[in-house]
Amino acid sequence: MDLHTLTIKEAKSKLKNKEISSLELTQAYLERIEKIDPKLNSFVTVTKDKALQMAKDADEALSAGEDKPLLGLPFSIKDNFCTKDIRTTASSKVLDDFIPPYSATVVSRLMDAGIVHLGKTNMDAWAHGSSTATSDYGPTRNPWDVERYPGGSSGGAAASVASDEALAAIGSETAGSVRGPASWCGLVGLKPTYGRVSRYGVIAMASSTDSPGPLTKTVEDAATILEVLAGKDPHDATSSSLPVEKYSETMKAGKKMTIGIADDYFDGVDSEVVAKVQEALKLLESKGHTVKKIELFDPKYAIDVYTILMRSEVSSNLARFDGIRYGNDRSYFAEEAKRRMMLGTYALSSGYYDAYYKKAQKVRTLIVEDFAKAFAEVDVIIGPTLPTPAIKIGQADDPMFGEKADILTEPSAIAGLCAINMPVGFSSLGLPIGMQIMGRQFGESTILDLAYQYEKETEFWKQKPNL
Amino acid sequence: MEEILKKYTPVIGLEVHVELKTNSKMFCGCDANYFGEKPNTHTCPVCLGLPGALPVPNKKAIDWCIMIGMALNCEISLVSKFDRKNYFYPDLPKGYQISQYDEPFCTNGWVELSNGKKIGITRVHMEEDTGKLIHEHIDGNGVSLIDFNRSGVPLVEIVTEPDFDSAEDVKEYLQRLQQIVRYLGVSNADMDKGDMRLEPNISLRKVGETKLPPYKVEVKNINSFSFVEKAINFEIKRHAEILDTGTYPMQETRGFIEAGSKTVGQRSKEEAHDYRYFPEPDIPPIEFSKEEIAALMQSMPELPDAKKERFIKQYALSAYNADLLTRDKALADFFEICCEDSGLVSVHPEPTHIANWLINRKVDITKYMPADVIMQIIEASRVAGVDVDELDDILKKVLEENPEVVTSYKAGKTNVLMFLLGQAMKSLKGREKPEIIKEKLEKLLA
Repeated sequence: MDLHTLTIKEAKSKLKNKEISSLELTQAYLERIEKIDPKLNSFVTVTKDKALQMAKDADEALSAGEDKPLLGLPFSIKDNFCTKDIRTTASSKVLDDFIPPYSATVVSRLMDAGIVHLGKTNMDAWAHGSSTATSDYGPTRNPWDVERYPGGSSGGAAASVASDEALAAIGSETAGSVRGPASWCGLVGLKPTYGRVSRYGVIAMASSTDSPGPLTKTVEDAATILEVLAGKDPHDATSSSLPVEKYSETMKAGKKMTIGIADDYFDGVDSEVVAKVQEALKLLESKGHTVKKIELFDPKYAIDVYTILMRSEVSSNLARFDGIRYGNDRSYFAEEAKRRMMLGTYALSSGYYDAYYKKAQKVRTLIVEDFAKAFAEVDVIIGPTLPTPAIKIGQADDPMFGEKADILTEPSAIAGLCAINMPVGFSSLGLPIGMQIMGRQFGESTILDLAYQYEKETEFWKQKPNL
Repeated sequence: MEEILKKYTPVIGLEVHVELKTNSKMFCGCDANYFGEKPNTHTCPVCLGLPGALPVPNKKAIDWCIMIGMALNCEISLVSKFDRKNYFYPDLPKGYQISQYDEPFCTNGWVELSNGKKIGITRVHMEEDTGKLIHEHIDGNGVSLIDFNRSGVPLVEIVTEPDFDSAEDVKEYLQRLQQIVRYLGVSNADMDKGDMRLEPNISLRKVGETKLPPYKVEVKNINSFSFVEKAINFEIKRHAEILDTGTYPMQETRGFIEAGSKTVGQRSKEEAHDYRYFPEPDIPPIEFSKEEIAALMQSMPELPDAKKERFIKQYALSAYNADLLTRDKALADFFEICCEDSGLVSVHPEPTHIANWLINRKVDITKYMPADVIMQIIEASRVAGVDVDELDDILKKVLEENPEVVTSYKAGKTNVLMFLLGQAMKSLKGREKPEIIKEKLEKLLA
């Protein structure tokens, strides 16, 4: 079985036609994990026995003719999603022995859709970072070059799919944490609109931007998963009640689009990355799409806004981890979390609130309006996802590394937009390069449509890291 | 005290927390009725502050908070929001309390006291209760246990302007507030169960001055009206003594000690918390249309003042009786049902009569049905009206009509007397007490 080219669509049809069983498929992934994860460290916890049982159950359901959207398909789940009876650490030793008594809505929906859950993937501790360097369980290694980071914070998620340890992965993004690692690992990474997917049970980083999303090989896989994840959740007051579209169908509309590009999104970006994104834009133009220059706020302003808002929320969100009811005490917090809590506490303090938090909220409003203006002229906005290809282990030590690395994903994140990372080729060192397609709020069908059109022409996902 | 009041005028404001009696908690589906329940049985990921859990506001609690605001003549905001109040305490599982900071649901209201004084209501806002710490000894070791059953129970905070100048007025206000929330049916307002928690803030200024004093002292979490009165009077004396020496009392938070009816310092201004309020990102702003607010206004039950006026008009009651009857909504309702039931009886007591009966006899309305009370009144009022001659005539007639029964009675079958009694009562239509009739019959038969 060629796990690498196996997609959700293909696996589903093989399972349906009894070419393979879910148990065989699950065993293949578990063997792969056993073989290569010591090298990659994608997983914090592998739930082998549970996975095998779920696979057997899925096979029974399949023979009974049950039809569920993801029945019998092996997934990995980022370790910041609460999973009932399965250890959930958010890659922090504070939660080293925390076993949640409940599951995140995303997890429940995946289970209801029939997935086989392989295990919990590594991440930057508390999702604080863009490389997995801050994980208390050690960094994850990039399958394309194990001396490099996979990106973060959903680095384990990205590595697990890129290395065929899982058919698909569930990650989460606060600003770049899905798109970024997808970019460095050569995957499709979908960050849905804020509120499209429930946050209930996701260990909060910045509550006002957290957005769960899939990391997959193909656009169709991402669309299929989004259909399962999206929709109003009575447990999340910020989840939207807008109807969920049949994304795997709407993405096939083949609409000719006006694509906005803003110069500031290419400034200071690695030349190889710029070249690959421009190549992609040329290809799209040749297929009848229009590329239009637009003005957007310099993304550097988003760094300041995002840093203040996110750290303020972090300082409050992490207050519950006092070790009184569960988990270890506060001495288990590592440096990065402590830095963020201190800065956030400062920004919210009386006398500083207006100068920092309030001002940042005002600029956030301006950024939202800026995008609204742009989307009056264009259907989507395209730019590089990250300024560089994957960096080497040990090069993420600057305390502001994450915020700087995510400069290009922060503006759309704080505006609550949807966006998708698409692989657009490789650097001279053979490292994947990604571009992002950003859309309006709840414009998932549009960005998936363009991504799908681009993917059909390129199929970069079929290239394989040499592990 | 009199001497003090010649020199100084007390300036008192009040913060009151009222626990609502909604079925479920403020931000989760847990049963909110925690009193006397086994600890930590009314909990879930949300009210335990587990990782990833999110609050979803209780619509009914918000409606009730707004109804309290309406009853206190407040302006109702069409757009409000929740905020996080950040502080550490073991009974606060999230490390922050969800409250409202700068955009509460209700602002700018007032309450009029019986002496005509108007007390300004600054704001009425919604928040959540904390868990409860229980300090115990287990196996000889002192331990602190936490019960989270109360965590997340809806609380409404009502803040007044510093418009009071006496403990007596504060007490009347509190009684009114208790009466109002009970009338609205939104809280049991049971002091013993901690449904109402009271925090007066007190300072003194020289008589004739209008500016607010440059300090204030807050007394925390008092759970009885008379304790508030004692705490305020204790503080007035304490402040006066300090002011007499030419200095100001320290701005601080104090606690009330029941034994000795005094207050003691707890936290000074320097130690005051910085709560780092910021908008709760997990809950979108709460918006109301004018129509929704109007509908809520329509759904408001009749409040004590309106009911009192109506009783005076509709039942021709004295203001004094109307006031006594409307203090407790249950009694007012009982009175009205009595009046209704009374109307069904052909010869019936008037509402004024019923009112007097209920008030003078201090009828325990939990023990009787309104119909029972009406029958009691009718019975009591008719006994006196039976004419002795008429009674004699009727009883003689009963005996004439039943000669066999009379014969058997005289032959020693005395229990047939009950038959004769029944016949007599039938003819009298209950206009005389059975004991008296029985006595008379016995005499006639002797």
